[in-house]
Amino acid sequence: MNTLSRLQVLQRRAALGLALAALALAPLGARAQDKTIVMASTTSTEQSGLFAHLLPEFKKAAGIDVRVVAQGTGQALDMGRRGDADVLFVHDQIAEEKFVADGYGLKRSPVMYNDFVLIGPKSDPAGVKGADIVEALKKLAAGRFEFVSRGDKSGTHAAELRYWKAAGVEAPAGKLPGYKECGCGMGPALNIAASSNAYVLADRGTWLAFKNRADLAILVEGDKRLFNQYGVIVVNPARHPHVKKDLAQAFADWVVSPAGQTAIASYKIGGEQLFFPNAGQ
Amino acid sequence: MSAFAQSFRTAFELIVQADPALVRTVALSLWVSGSACLLASGFGLALGAWLAVARFPGHRLALLALNTLLALPSVLVGLVVYLLLSRSGPLGSWGILFTPSAMVIAQTLLVLPIVAALTRQLVGDSLRDGGDQLRSMGAAPLTCALLMLVHGRWAVLTVLIAAFGRAIAEVGAVMIVGGNIDGFTRVMTTTIALETSKGDLPLALALGLVLLLVVGVLNALLGLARRGHGSALAGVR
Amino acid sequence: MSLVTLDDVSVQFGDVLALRGVSLRIERGEFVALVGSNGSGKTTLLRTLHGMLRHRGRRAVDAAARRQAMVFQRPFLMRLNVLNNLRLALWLAGVPRRDRAQRITAALQRVGLQGLERRPARALSGGQQQRLALARAIAVQPQLLFLDEPTASLDPTAKREVEALLAGFAADGMTLVMSTHNLGQAKRLATRVVYLEGGVVHADLPAERFFNGPLEGPAYHFLKGELA
Repeated sequence: MNTLSRLQVLQRRAALGLALAALALAPLGARAQDKTIVMASTTSTEQSGLFAHLLPEFKKAAGIDVRVVAQGTGQALDMGRRGDADVLFVHDQIAEEKFVADGYGLKRSPVMYNDFVLIGPKSDPAGVKGADIVEALKKLAAGRFEFVSRGDKSGTHAAELRYWKAAGVEAPAGKLPGYKECGCGMGPALNIAASSNAYVLADRGTWLAFKNRADLAILVEGDKRLFNQYGVIVVNPARHPHVKKDLAQAFADWVVSPAGQTAIASYKIGGEQLFFPNAGQ
Repeated sequence: MSAFAQSFRTAFELIVQADPALVRTVALSLWVSGSACLLASGFGLALGAWLAVARFPGHRLALLALNTLLALPSVLVGLVVYLLLSRSGPLGSWGILFTPSAMVIAQTLLVLPIVAALTRQLVGDSLRDGGDQLRSMGAAPLTCALLMLVHGRWAVLTVLIAAFGRAIAEVGAVMIVGGNIDGFTRVMTTTIALETSKGDLPLALALGLVLLLVVGVLNALLGLARRGHGSALAGVR
Repeated sequence: MSLVTLDDVSVQFGDVLALRGVSLRIERGEFVALVGSNGSGKTTLLRTLHGMLRHRGRRAVDAAARRQAMVFQRPFLMRLNVLNNLRLALWLAGVPRRDRAQRITAALQRVGLQGLERRPARALSGGQQQRLALARAIAVQPQLLFLDEPTASLDPTAKREVEALLAGFAADGMTLVMSTHNLGQAKRLATRVVYLEGGVVHADLPAERFFNGPLEGPAYHFLKGELA
């Protein structure tokens, strides 16, 4: 092959590369045709497996594809403020209400709740086992016990800090020996707790789906204060006109409807129900 | 059974069963990183060749910047691209955040410095050997540089393999700009990260093995193609 | 008119003045040998004549010497086969596509490499590679051929082959300028000898005069030293 055509081949390859790039950059599937929305939710919800169960039902009912981007609640709300999501599905009521009050969301509707549980070593050196979360944390604060916190502005993290406050510890980080923040999701926090035999506050869903338990077990559960309320919010199109309001509203409406609520209740891990629908309450 | 032993078994089962979700994930990984590699080579080879011959004020500074970008953390690239493509960002109207296109862009930016810097080095070295003679034959400086790309094509291929490896192995950028959306922007590395965080370590290890295997097969095919071209002829200097 | 004229030309590399105020003319049909020890400036002079180096002073090239080619001590051959190396040279020289095949065949024939078109250039022997470089040079039909120590890296047989080719080119009317440290070679091939030392031309004489004398000064000492 002569050198001139070899250079031409180089040029042709560059052209091919650019063509492929154009293909790669063209959004896969014309956006106008496919009905899709982006939902910002939390890692704990996604890792519980709820969406794999719930969203196909919604797709069947409404023909809409929901693309879930799972992060911490703080990040999810931030995504909503930036307009990168059409609908939010998170569990931090105070932050959610502020989100709506600031004009970023249309309306917050309660959807379901699950609960938090206090996980710790089966040997329970602090003796926290029981049904009172605040008493348990008081005992942990009194001694030197390993505690892993997500420290990531998530709904779980916010709840954890509320319980510490109720137990008389304003900001546990840096104050309590043995208190460690990982700035990570629920799964990684459980991993750390499992390998260092520490206490950790987790949502039941992630715990049930977690496979690396080592010596850990549920020590505190059933306290009403441990209930974790989920809300759904459609992002306000007044702030971000491109938001697919109608499709997002369809999801928000469905998830609080009898059909959606039944679907939520029917999700089980090992025969145990994880999420308890309470829309309209 | 230790996590390692179990993961080998799981990897074997995954491959044999050819689970459709896994196949889709592997295909997406190859598509995203392959496209990024192609795009990066289109721009990077030209940039590297040009830098090998261009002399302009600030030339040394440009090289310094390029070499520094070799250490770009993938999360940083992801963050920057996210901010650019976010609806609240300058390129929000493109609407490609959380799609494979965004992942391609992020990985292209990540490996472009690798291609450019390494190409510049190998073209520069080749020009020291034969640049004079090509110029004497009538080639303009940039033509000399491009000819050295042809002359050093096997070294260039190694550079592209390195770039592809960097792309397909990274998780920071594609996680942030892709969102790890199940069935849409989930690739091998983000799946491994997800399974790790869910505590399913043997599965995560197994997926890692599958990824290495896929890339290994690719390299083997490239090696065969190279042998077919007869560049391993004895006596070639 | 002279093919190439240098008028008070100096070439500086950093702190080193490689050529000092050299004035020289190359005439048509000459076979000029540039001789001198290492560092004398003969390679610099050669490259300056060919137009490869920045210099102070004036360099003029006649229209009749616009097509030039140069052969180096160690030829740089692309990692392509013999044929494509030649095609590249013709493409760079702007030779129209329809003329290339014929020129390539003629050049390969002339240097005795016919039949080796598909061989990777880098798989050839040292002597063959230099002959390929010569083929590459003459394929563009240069009016002026520069050679920088073309046989310094070759074994005696290859050296003889190349010298025979050069003599043939000269006999065909090509103008050649060759730097060499091999005085025997200069004596065999050149019509004119230019002796340099320290970047200055100390002697510029017809070959016959240079070798048979009488010589004076540095040139004399050089010749004596080399032939001793």
